[in-house]
Amino acid sequence: MTCIVELVDVTKEYGAINALDKANLKVETGEVLALIGPNGSGKTTLLRIVSGIETPTQGEMYFQEEKINSRNNDKLTKNITMVFQKTVMFTGTVYDNIAYGLKLKGHTKNNVATKVKEVLQTVKLEGFEKRSARKLSGGEQQRVAIARALALDTKVLLLDEPTANIDPKNASLIEDILQAVSKHRKTIIVATQNMAQAGNLASRVAVLNRGRIERVGRSQEVFRSPSKFLAGFARLENVFSGVSKTTEEGTTVVDIGSGVSIVSTLEKSGAVTIFIRPEDIILSAEPLISSARNVFKGRISEISDLGSIVKLKVSIGKDFVVQVTRKSFNEMALNLGSSVYLAFKASSVQAV
Amino acid sequence: MSNEIIDGIIKAFELIFSGDPTVIDITSRTILISFGATALCMLWSLPTAIVLSQKRFRGKIFIKGMFNALLGIPTTALGLILFLLLSKSGPLGFLHILYTPTAIIFGQAVLITPIAVSLVTNAIEAIDPEIRNLAKTLGASELEASLTVLGESTSGVGLAVIASFNRAIAELGVALMVGGNISGYTRVLTTTIALDTNKGEIVLSIALTIILLLIVTGLSLVVNLAQRGKT
Repeated sequence: MTCIVELVDVTKEYGAINALDKANLKVETGEVLALIGPNGSGKTTLLRIVSGIETPTQGEMYFQEEKINSRNNDKLTKNITMVFQKTVMFTGTVYDNIAYGLKLKGHTKNNVATKVKEVLQTVKLEGFEKRSARKLSGGEQQRVAIARALALDTKVLLLDEPTANIDPKNASLIEDILQAVSKHRKTIIVATQNMAQAGNLASRVAVLNRGRIERVGRSQEVFRSPSKFLAGFARLENVFSGVSKTTEEGTTVVDIGSGVSIVSTLEKSGAVTIFIRPEDIILSAEPLISSARNVFKGRISEISDLGSIVKLKVSIGKDFVVQVTRKSFNEMALNLGSSVYLAFKASSVQAV
Repeated sequence: MSNEIIDGIIKAFELIFSGDPTVIDITSRTILISFGATALCMLWSLPTAIVLSQKRFRGKIFIKGMFNALLGIPTTALGLILFLLLSKSGPLGFLHILYTPTAIIFGQAVLITPIAVSLVTNAIEAIDPEIRNLAKTLGASELEASLTVLGESTSGVGLAVIASFNRAIAELGVALMVGGNISGYTRVLTTTIALDTNKGEIVLSIALTIILLLIVTGLSLVVNLAQRGKT
């Protein structure tokens, strides 16, 4: 593996604030690397330096082993593109937005049109060419932003919290899109606060804390023994460690203790750490008849109100976090101590 | 008196619609001169505004303050300064442009520079600063990124152009002092109105004033409608 991007002792100061503090990082060609850390940990600053729109206060930045300075900064802007956390759209249509970079690169008109169509398909916005970009919903705009970046087919793609502040439906769509993109052997650096997202997309993870890179390693290793700091902010719920056994049906059963065994489609036996996303769990007041392989009965032990969504903690021997919309929460007339059923598919069980 | 005014207005419309050669001559020259002044002014004002709005440097606040302070510079004061500069013994006397349309174009361009710079700077500053970064991450050079930002602020820039043009076409001091109000050569709407009113030729004055007002309001209206048309 060759190193495509390298940061050596990179420090970035904004006035008295050290946004990045002697960061060292090597990114290999074709790998997907996740930067994980809370707000203000330096993820965005790191991405902005790699993208070439900010210059380090101190330290060195290399692209394909070439040292970057103010004169060859275009090496970065031409070979690396970035999707911002806060979506920015140019005035004009979706087509104008996606075509922008392609036109700069001197593609022919036909070529641009084909490419735009292609990437709109990738982000599942077929036929959106003539729509006014700024009139789209936040989630759609973010998908256009991703399409705009993908169209350029740059050597490196930077994603800054691509699903933060996006509604759940668009967020999971974007995750699917990125999952597909990440398989194309393109170098991707994705900043996120979500361990599940990092685990899904990236093979390696760098943990950032107050401008410092605390730890770099393979996702499984970092997540298997997350530091207190990492566990403190990363939005990972329903994480259980247990022992996995393969069954005759080809599925696996993970014994997570307290008499709870979970059926999964993971092809792994022995010690594993798994998680189930709260949005993948179905909650019901009545016993369920469904194709879901995992059905448990439990009691609500905690209720937290998140506006349109209500988060519940359900104890089935182990505590599970589940979320339901406020509407169904009211319709089901749920209370603390209510008896409920949980159901989720074997394929919803993921390994970290 | 009131009869005279109504009479004047009626005759003025007759003059305008009969295609009077004097009226056409003065109007077209005025438009050409002020258009030239606006174009010349934009040549240096747009880059200045881009630098003022996009770059961080020392003394920026001072320069912006200076342009703001000069917004209302009296046209006669500027006219006198330019006259002194352009007169034979002045430092720019060698150009031999005093009392030519070129002098008015140059003078008006200087006059409207503070308006153009201030308004365009504000227009660009109103654009999301991330637009520039976005352009760069999509492969734009510094220059291309600047042009993109400028393109994003078209409506604000359009407004600045119109406001500058209107100030140029409506001013008297500069045109009078460096143009000299020479009939058929440097005579423009405002200088003719001032001169003819003094001479008691009220009808031509009213006709030209109506034209001046039509140009100024008409242009603003067209731009306003054009901007409403696009999203």
